[in-house]
Amino acid sequence: MKNFFQNEFISRLIDALLPVFATLAALGVGAVMLLFLKANPVEAYRALWVGAFGSTNAFAETLVKATPLLLVALGICISFRGDVINIGGEGQMIVGAILATWVGLTFTGLPGWLVIVLAMLAGFIGGGIWGGIPGFLKAYFNVNEILSTVMMNAIAVQFMNFMLRGPMIDPSQALLASKIPQTARLLEAFRLPRWTPTRLHLGALIAVVLAVLVYILLWRTTLGYRIRAVGQNPNASRYAGINVKRHVVLALLLSGAFAGMAGAVQVYGVNYRMITDGSASGFTGSAGFNGIVAALFGQLHPIWSIPASILFGALLVGANSMQRVVQIPSALVTALNGLVVVFVVSSEIWRRRRQRRRLAAAKEDDSPPRPDPDTPVKTEVSA
Amino acid sequence: MKNTVRLFVLFVLLALVVGACGAPATEAPAMEEPFRVAVVMPSAINDLAFSQSMYDALLRIQEDMGGSENFEIVYSENMFVVDDASAALRDYASQGFDLVIGHGSQYGSSLQEIAPDFPETSFAWGTTVDTFGLPNVFAYEAASDQGGYVNGVIAASLSESNTMGVVGPIETGDAKLYVDGFVAGAKATKPDIQVNVNYIGSFSDVALASEAANTHVSAGADVLTGTAQMVVGAIGVAEENNVLWFGTQSNQTSLAPSIVVASQVYHWEVVLAEIIELINAGTLGGQSFVIDLANGGEMIEFNPDYAVPAEVQALADTTIQGIIDGSIATK
Amino acid sequence: MISDLFSVTVLVGILASGIRLATPYLYAAIGETFGQRSGVLNLGVEGQMLLGAFAAFYVARTTGNLGLAVLVAMLVGAIMGLAMAFVTVNLHAQQGISGIGFYLFGLGLSDLLFQKMLGTVETVRGFPKIHIPVLSDIPGLGEIFFSQNLLVYAAYLLVPIAWFVLNKTTLGLKIRSVGENPEAADSLGVSVAGIRYFTIVLAGTLSGIAGASLSIALLNVFQQNMTSGLGFIAVALVYFGGWRPWGVLGGALLFSMVNSLQLWIQVLGIPIPSDIAVMMPYVLTILVLVATVSRVRGPSALTKPFERED
Repeated sequence: MKNFFQNEFISRLIDALLPVFATLAALGVGAVMLLFLKANPVEAYRALWVGAFGSTNAFAETLVKATPLLLVALGICISFRGDVINIGGEGQMIVGAILATWVGLTFTGLPGWLVIVLAMLAGFIGGGIWGGIPGFLKAYFNVNEILSTVMMNAIAVQFMNFMLRGPMIDPSQALLASKIPQTARLLEAFRLPRWTPTRLHLGALIAVVLAVLVYILLWRTTLGYRIRAVGQNPNASRYAGINVKRHVVLALLLSGAFAGMAGAVQVYGVNYRMITDGSASGFTGSAGFNGIVAALFGQLHPIWSIPASILFGALLVGANSMQRVVQIPSALVTALNGLVVVFVVSSEIWRRRRQRRRLAAAKEDDSPPRPDPDTPVKTEVSA
Repeated sequence: MKNTVRLFVLFVLLALVVGACGAPATEAPAMEEPFRVAVVMPSAINDLAFSQSMYDALLRIQEDMGGSENFEIVYSENMFVVDDASAALRDYASQGFDLVIGHGSQYGSSLQEIAPDFPETSFAWGTTVDTFGLPNVFAYEAASDQGGYVNGVIAASLSESNTMGVVGPIETGDAKLYVDGFVAGAKATKPDIQVNVNYIGSFSDVALASEAANTHVSAGADVLTGTAQMVVGAIGVAEENNVLWFGTQSNQTSLAPSIVVASQVYHWEVVLAEIIELINAGTLGGQSFVIDLANGGEMIEFNPDYAVPAEVQALADTTIQGIIDGSIATK
Repeated sequence: MISDLFSVTVLVGILASGIRLATPYLYAAIGETFGQRSGVLNLGVEGQMLLGAFAAFYVARTTGNLGLAVLVAMLVGAIMGLAMAFVTVNLHAQQGISGIGFYLFGLGLSDLLFQKMLGTVETVRGFPKIHIPVLSDIPGLGEIFFSQNLLVYAAYLLVPIAWFVLNKTTLGLKIRSVGENPEAADSLGVSVAGIRYFTIVLAGTLSGIAGASLSIALLNVFQQNMTSGLGFIAVALVYFGGWRPWGVLGGALLFSMVNSLQLWIQVLGIPIPSDIAVMMPYVLTILVLVATVSRVRGPSALTKPFERED
């Protein structure tokens, strides 16, 4: 049994599953809260599981929830590896969605597939601008990105309110007294195809394809290399001739661009229009924040972010289902969300310790150490 | 460390086993089929505003029908994420509820999609008049401008500084209807009265709502009103400054019994009762309803502890009558 | 119409309003300054504020004792701070993200407790305005500066105290050194963990008071998510202020006064769309920072966990 756990593969598998264990621990604490609410934890968590995985439809819902998480996470992988913190995902999603929706409402004469492509591009551009501005301000004006992204989030919400109750309002709504702040519905042809009867849409596939592309970008292109280099050591990169400022801008810009796409995909795949209730999370579902968590679940690796997003999406979908079945206040779902984030983030330390112990054990097994010139001495990047 | 890992693996396996077999839900055999309602709301059921108005209405119907064995209410609150609300609506529909209510204008798109998939279920959408032409969707709206107008009339009559203030969330929908009605009523009573309007851009920023109220007070307002759940902040300021308050959506007297004059209370049960009757008779949708002063769906509830001068009360009554019989236009 | 803005009433109103509005930002941001100066980023401020706000409101409502309410709020904030400190210092968790987790937890828990222990929205008799004799009678200035409630005054007193502690005491020196170069500080015998625990718990305590200032002093009400983004703005203000208490004060005042200004713009009927008006404080904060082109560098060890090389 002892050897079973010391086996390299099993050991790495456990590392990969650590976030899952941490989630379970958080759910354990949640069970206490459920008891406080006079709900049955067993029944509640069974509902959570069933709600996320219990049927084809449930699993489809999980994937639908995971899609924007994955897209945002991809952007976060890029920005965090460039050592830039992007908490502006909410605003970037909104702006990307606005631009993408505008495309669909304006170019009504073009063929469906073309509009979809243009819309995705618009989402990319919109989010890119909204991320690029803080990037630019950071690189050239030393304005901290936490400050600028927090502000830009708030500005984006007001911009959305303005557009959706003004220039972009559904013409039929403008005539009614109720004046719901929403756009007109996108034409049938413009909507992302769905795998009926579920809500699973093409956006999920697009996200996975993009994940592969981001992996290629980060590890197989010069641009990706430079972003990572600037992230690990800006001074050394500068001496090596890399334009640090430009790559800081690019890191935030690309990060925002993916968040913008998440917004576009939500509009074209799920709602088929943009609606606002005045808050950011009403549209985004907090994907701008939760995507950061999903990226962390996936160790900031674009490919690992895929299962990470699915698992986190499952948690969110399942928790909502649990709320309905056991009729508990939705506040518990929020608190649970927070607990999971804290526990998972805290479990990182064990992964790092285990990794170090594995390295140390591997060194002991070798013959007397010889300095290997090809292996760079790299300290763990605590991203 | 290894023991901890072993424990975790065991825990996971345990969870899977529990999930897989779990006790089947035992259902007590129902004597008679209860009427089952599920409602999805964008804010809290105790927000003293929009969502509470619906929840309270459902509770009243439940009481009228003799309790939860005859009338089952299931709800999801704080569903401001449209996507999640969509999933909730679909989930409730698939569970065979008789009536699924989407209490929020932002849920329209979702209902438009979901309703056709569940032809046996009746859906209700508020606040709007659009039923999408679907046979199983009801629509309901509040003519909040009517109550707003009456509030405006009373407020203008009571104002001595001839300056009043309004605190609103975003300039759309139900909020805009109410505010426009209030201004119209005020101006109709005193054409020179100053009504300052402030939309703070959020449904939840209580601090900003209170500052907006402070601003109004500094500008000379001696009567305030507002709509949506963040106005609790404004009511607090009103109380502090001895400024009168007029409420809407729910009865807000409890928050500040010394200065709340009246509230336009939404009694959704008036239309809900009709809808339930129609469903029981086999009609699942295709009609839209409005609560207004005429059908009792909107009621101006006065604060019993505030003494309204007799002539103002009389004016209020005639205004209400005028709106009901159509002689007064509120917008 | 725009000229109306420059009347005395309006200007006094904006200033008085701005000073009031800035109070919770001040408490939270000064607390965050201490934390960040020691190298820790805490994005969970808003969760701490909400729990503190609820605790203070509940105690004030059930006992009527405002002082006790503030103490309980401080305790609640401190406990959340302890949890954050443990996760940050002992478990080396990724700080930005753990903060967001604590925020969500605090948001959910405060709402849950509110629903189960109170159930309805109601008001409480909070801290009354204190009119400083003589000074509060000065026209204009009197209303702005000398007729505020206790927690407002305390917030402003906090600024010079914080400045003094950070810059003129050994403790402040230790805090700053831990934030700049924890390895060096450690080698000189300063307990990095100890200092960080101190600053994080202090920040939590101050966030608790920030919440209390809302629920039992300024607004006298509790409602779920009543802070609505305030905590995040407070964190942003620390960057704006260049990690200096006086800078943070400037940021808080700027933000709050522009907020107050946009309210007046709407009240006076100046034809700016309401959404654009609401945007103003956020846009201006960025613009001012751009214009001042600050060269201030933050604490070098900010967000980097410290691990002793054993």
